[in-house]
Amino acid sequence: MTETVTNARTTRLVVSRRKEGDDPGALRYDTFDVAVGPSTTILDALVAIRRELDPTLTFRHSCFHASCGTCGMRVDGREGLACVTPVPTRDEVTVEPLGNLPVVSDLVVDMNVFYDEFDEAGRPLVRADDLIPECAPAEGIDQVERYEDCIECGICLSACPVAGSDPRYVGPAALAAAWRLIDEPRGRDPGPVLSLMDDEQGAWRCHLAWECSEACPSGVDPAAAIMRLRGAAAAARVRRLFSFGGNR
Amino acid sequence: MASPTVEPRRPTTGPAHRRGLVGWFDPRGRRLGGLAFILNRLTGLGLVLYLYLHLMILSMLIQGPNAWDDFVDIALSPPFLALDVVLLTGMLFHGLNGIRVGLVGLGVVPNRQKALLVAALVIAALVAFVGALRIFAGEQGG
Repeated sequence: MTETVTNARTTRLVVSRRKEGDDPGALRYDTFDVAVGPSTTILDALVAIRRELDPTLTFRHSCFHASCGTCGMRVDGREGLACVTPVPTRDEVTVEPLGNLPVVSDLVVDMNVFYDEFDEAGRPLVRADDLIPECAPAEGIDQVERYEDCIECGICLSACPVAGSDPRYVGPAALAAAWRLIDEPRGRDPGPVLSLMDDEQGAWRCHLAWECSEACPSGVDPAAAIMRLRGAAAAARVRRLFSFGGNR
Repeated sequence: MASPTVEPRRPTTGPAHRRGLVGWFDPRGRRLGGLAFILNRLTGLGLVLYLYLHLMILSMLIQGPNAWDDFVDIALSPPFLALDVVLLTGMLFHGLNGIRVGLVGLGVVPNRQKALLVAALVIAALVAFVGALRIFAGEQGG
């Protein structure tokens, strides 16, 4: 780095390199020695690498302040947003893309599959009846921004050990979103979403490692949402069991 | 109940850092709940292994009293008794963690997993300690 870094030390970043279409065995790790200070983040270090050492290094970022959710990755095996993760005070730090999602290039993963899972929960927090007509989106904007804690970074899915072994599992983010709809239906019928998530690949696939909630940079606590979803699903089953309306 | 979705939601081929089943036992980067997840699986596998070992040992009875008495001598040796303490500890953790998982997993106390885990660990450690004292006291008392 050419910038002066106060109290600089040199840290070796070991960075995962892989391109879409590569043979699964083609993974390699490149090492970069970078000068870092006490407030240098992983994203700062990656930007410096790309600017001064290797312009082919690929990673995704946008806001630099943990609100866009685009720079999720794994640092020494632990998920976090690169923009707010300080470079650990170790001689060598390993940086890898999020797990359980297809790698597009180096540290960039394909988030489409993650968003598709979100869609299964109905993307519940901003609904048509919440919109104020006179505040309709400006011309050219199809969809308003949803105000919620989840920044859809995919970190929870990467941290989940069950998602790593079962690609059919809906995943923590979508289940947490489903719980929001059930907990706060705002006039909508939560039954279809509860029925969809009351499934062996839905809420019941979670094995309670709690990694999603620990890793979430926004405090969403998807695991507790999944547990509440289970409670609601179990209660609905009990109600059906003892109902005499024939809806068994 | 909805029809189970059998198609994978995420690709199973191509480049991806999927942890797979091996990842269940990878402690790198894991937090308290993740470590409990790993320990629960390790103790569960250990208990299954013990069950079959136990049945194999019981089958020695059909070889007659001498074979059984020879085994009992080994079973009362300090190294074997230490294994009993390991077994007891594993059983306690697995059972108590099972109660924790049941309480949390059915939404009874959905956000108390850490407190329940600490409680399970403390109870398991205390009972295992008392159990170890009694196991070795019994060995000394013959």
